[in-house]
Amino acid sequence: MSERDDAKPAGGPLLTRGYLILLALSALGVVLILWRFIVGLGVATAMNDGYPLGLWITLDVVTGTALACGGYALALLVYIFNRGKYHPLVRPAILTSALGYTMAGLSVAIDLGRPWNMWKIPLFFRDWNLNSALLEVALCIMAYVFVLWVELSPALIAKTRYAERVTPFLDKALLWVIALGMLLPTMHQSSLGALMLLAGPRLHPLWNTPLLPLLFLMTCVAMGYAMVVFEAIFSSRFFRRPSHTAMLYTLQKFAAWGGMVFVVVRFVDLAVRGRLALVGQLDLYGVMFGIETLLWVLPAVLASRTHANDPGRLFRGAMCTAIAGGLYRFDTFLVAFQPGPGWHYFPSVPELFISAGLISIELAAFIALVKWFPILGGIRSET
Amino acid sequence: MDTSRRSLFKGLAAAATLSVIPATAAAREKRLAPSDAVGMLYDTTRCIGCRACTVACKEANKLKADVDGYGAGLYDAPEGLNEYTKTVIQLHRDDTTSSFVKKQCMHCIDPACVGACMLSALKKGPFGVVSYDPDKCVGCRYCEVACPFNVPKFQWSNTTPKIVKCELCRDRLAEGKEPACTEVCPRQAVIYGNYADLLNEARGRLAASPNKYIPKIYGEHELGGTQVLYLSHVPFEELGFRFSDTQAVPHTQQTIQHGVYKGFAAPVALYALLGAVMFRNRGAKGERDE
Amino acid sequence: MREQLTIAQQLERSGVSRRHFMTFCGKLMVAAPFGLAITSSLSPAAVAATVGRARRPSVIWLHMQDCTGCTETLLRTSQPDLASLLFDVISLDYHETVMAASGTDAEAALHDAMDQNDGKFILVVEGSIPTKENGAYLKIAGRNGIDMLRDVASRSAAVISMGSCASWGGLPSTTINPTGATGVDSIVKGKPIVNLPGCPPNPYVFFATVLEYASTGKPPKVDALGRPKFAYDRTIHDHCPRRAHFDAGRFAGQFGDSGHRSGWCLYKLGCKGPVTHAPCSTRHFNEVVDAWPIGIGHPCVGCTEKDIAFTIPVHTTVNIERPMPPDTYPAINAEHAGISPLATGVAGIVGGALIGAGLLASRNLSNEPKE
Repeated sequence: MSERDDAKPAGGPLLTRGYLILLALSALGVVLILWRFIVGLGVATAMNDGYPLGLWITLDVVTGTALACGGYALALLVYIFNRGKYHPLVRPAILTSALGYTMAGLSVAIDLGRPWNMWKIPLFFRDWNLNSALLEVALCIMAYVFVLWVELSPALIAKTRYAERVTPFLDKALLWVIALGMLLPTMHQSSLGALMLLAGPRLHPLWNTPLLPLLFLMTCVAMGYAMVVFEAIFSSRFFRRPSHTAMLYTLQKFAAWGGMVFVVVRFVDLAVRGRLALVGQLDLYGVMFGIETLLWVLPAVLASRTHANDPGRLFRGAMCTAIAGGLYRFDTFLVAFQPGPGWHYFPSVPELFISAGLISIELAAFIALVKWFPILGGIRSET
Repeated sequence: MDTSRRSLFKGLAAAATLSVIPATAAAREKRLAPSDAVGMLYDTTRCIGCRACTVACKEANKLKADVDGYGAGLYDAPEGLNEYTKTVIQLHRDDTTSSFVKKQCMHCIDPACVGACMLSALKKGPFGVVSYDPDKCVGCRYCEVACPFNVPKFQWSNTTPKIVKCELCRDRLAEGKEPACTEVCPRQAVIYGNYADLLNEARGRLAASPNKYIPKIYGEHELGGTQVLYLSHVPFEELGFRFSDTQAVPHTQQTIQHGVYKGFAAPVALYALLGAVMFRNRGAKGERDE
Repeated sequence: MREQLTIAQQLERSGVSRRHFMTFCGKLMVAAPFGLAITSSLSPAAVAATVGRARRPSVIWLHMQDCTGCTETLLRTSQPDLASLLFDVISLDYHETVMAASGTDAEAALHDAMDQNDGKFILVVEGSIPTKENGAYLKIAGRNGIDMLRDVASRSAAVISMGSCASWGGLPSTTINPTGATGVDSIVKGKPIVNLPGCPPNPYVFFATVLEYASTGKPPKVDALGRPKFAYDRTIHDHCPRRAHFDAGRFAGQFGDSGHRSGWCLYKLGCKGPVTHAPCSTRHFNEVVDAWPIGIGHPCVGCTEKDIAFTIPVHTTVNIERPMPPDTYPAINAEHAGISPLATGVAGIVGGALIGAGLLASRNLSNEPKE
């Protein structure tokens, strides 16, 4: 039962009032990005030698790619655990992932100080430092962006004349491309977690654990499901399609209970490392850890009651999961990082607006592509 | 569903076995200083804070003057290492003690920054000097995240920024000269030499005047060892040396990453497993894949 | 007992021009810009008035084991008239080098001076006092130096040890010290003693000290070694005109090299400035600017300090025990740029709005008609 025939462009006018606002924010972002390249990072951002990684890496790259793990999380469910009924959710999730990862790549290019050397990363293999976790992340993400657009290509070329010639070839190859699309995020999402291990003694013990790669992997899957829920609810209301709400409840349940497993693993790890006492401290670190934990526990509480027909609670659960995962990453990369006394960081106003612009571009592209290409499916009656 | 679940478990077992075998790699070995390692020895009891080293370093490295010290436009007054300053003298002063301390790259034996750098722009080169090559640098600043001594500095004010840090005057070393700072120091508070010789000299000073110093050579064991060694008459924490654990910074991350990715066997095995399961699933249900 | 005239009266009697005296008072102000009562006024005229009112002090000057350099330092003025003025400002009643008398007449002059100014004169001693062989190495008119010193000092009001030899033994007291040379304060007890070490010391420091005593009846405040604080409370290093070169690390490496010719710091050539207390950095000699060792390009040898002068070799670098860092050293943990409140505000508002919108949306979702 292929869903492909059911997917249709959502159609409708593009330049609505809301869309124009998105475009305006995007344009502002682009202007600020050009300005950033003219004046340099020191003027455009509040990053400094104490906090060399800032908002763009933490939000647009680390959190953004985790939120874009919907395609990955769904692929595991549909193709490995063989839950075919979630299939209609896959294509829009792949679009979200493709856009999310592409914007993450763009964010990296904006954040780099010497982006003209970026092309050397995949090509100068003789200079590769195989010890560098960041190299793994960079190469893997570059490959994954490519894979995502390939996975999306059937939808993009469906209406073109290439469709007939290319589609059969794509069909056969897609199995191995999709498998790659599950291998690569497993690698780079865990390596993103491994990144901050190199901060060594400068990473606060509440976050500094050898389990960081595993914890990042667990949370990105939960965040992926949460984002699928978001995107599905948003799409159905925005593009006026019925949503697959029943499936969404199950997905959010996976996310919520995944989050609980994550919390348990963290506490066990803290106990084993003898750091449980830090949890109760009323300092910045104890408080942030507490907020994180609360945000992970809440979705489980929300999901544990029967809410078969309360999409609002579903939405709130997904929000909590997404924010919890984002906060976990912000804490790992920025809050738990201790460069020493005297250093401070909070993103500058232009930094904030560039991030906002990048997110607006992503949203605008999503809306445009959904309206023009067969991404969203029609109604499937599911229980 | 039974077929696919069985095949799933079979596949998982296969992948697990395949990935564990190569992943039983030995724990990452401790790195040692290269045989031709050079270094510096800095003795706080001899330093008079004249800052001739900072001046000589700026001249030898053609660095610009600092022009906005303390954010108040103070000239020639760096508050620490920065994009114009590769070595600096800081002052520790409290009610009972005071000491100068010279800060610059520690030229670690197992450097965190080298472990971070994607294209090996930062690498440990001849004589164990940690050098920087801007042609390989993309300006990601991961080295700044890694360094436990806050050494690499980024040219934030520049539109074509590089990383700036002491490279032990490696061009001068190649000509058989000393680093500029050790050459100019009027009190021989910082001296240059063969690493093993400097270690002996430091031990000798500790043995000869045990009451004069804190009984530790900072850098002998700390964070895997550094080629710049310190003797001090005040506790090292007060001079800004925050860490005394002996494990090299890259140890944990690299043990995990190498354990997982050794020989790239685990990713290949996982890929094979994923493909196999998908193939089986497709066959079992007779569906075409998307 | 003869009453001395005031200095002003004596100057008038001698016909010394007021300009000369004012010039002299100006130099006193430079020699002692703070710490003395006589120079606490703000103009040479005011100082001249203060000094003029003082009784002309009677000074008896004894030579012990000396080279007469400390006398020469008073006489080596650039302007000869000032040298003569000195003898109007003080009444030099006994001085073996410059007095006209000799032989028994000289001895008579000494005793007359002591009789006429008993308990009021200032004794100035130049040269170290030998103590070995019961003081046999110095005999004047049949008495050894120790007895002579004790005798004259007992009748003085105060004692000034002029020069390093009188202050602590000087050159003769170094190394094997064959004569057992020692300073005045090892021999004289019970009298106020002011040590003016230096080889030689600055003449205006001497005059300021004497006139302070004459004017106020009290010697200037002294440190633990008896040296007047207004001149000896700082090291050469503290006021050295070449200090900027030291701070910047510009040193002369050899005599005659480019650094030396550029007037750079002489520390590496063995300058003892950092450990030598003396006023020479700002008070030069012979009334010629830069007429002092560092000024002419030779490192300070530490001639005022007992442990340094003629003990540590001239070109041996000395340890600096008491570095005086300027206050603009960066701290170990400097404060770097802070957080923009505007940015925090914007982020807070935007973040709050997004969360609020999300909660609103979720409420709308809950209130939707069921599917």
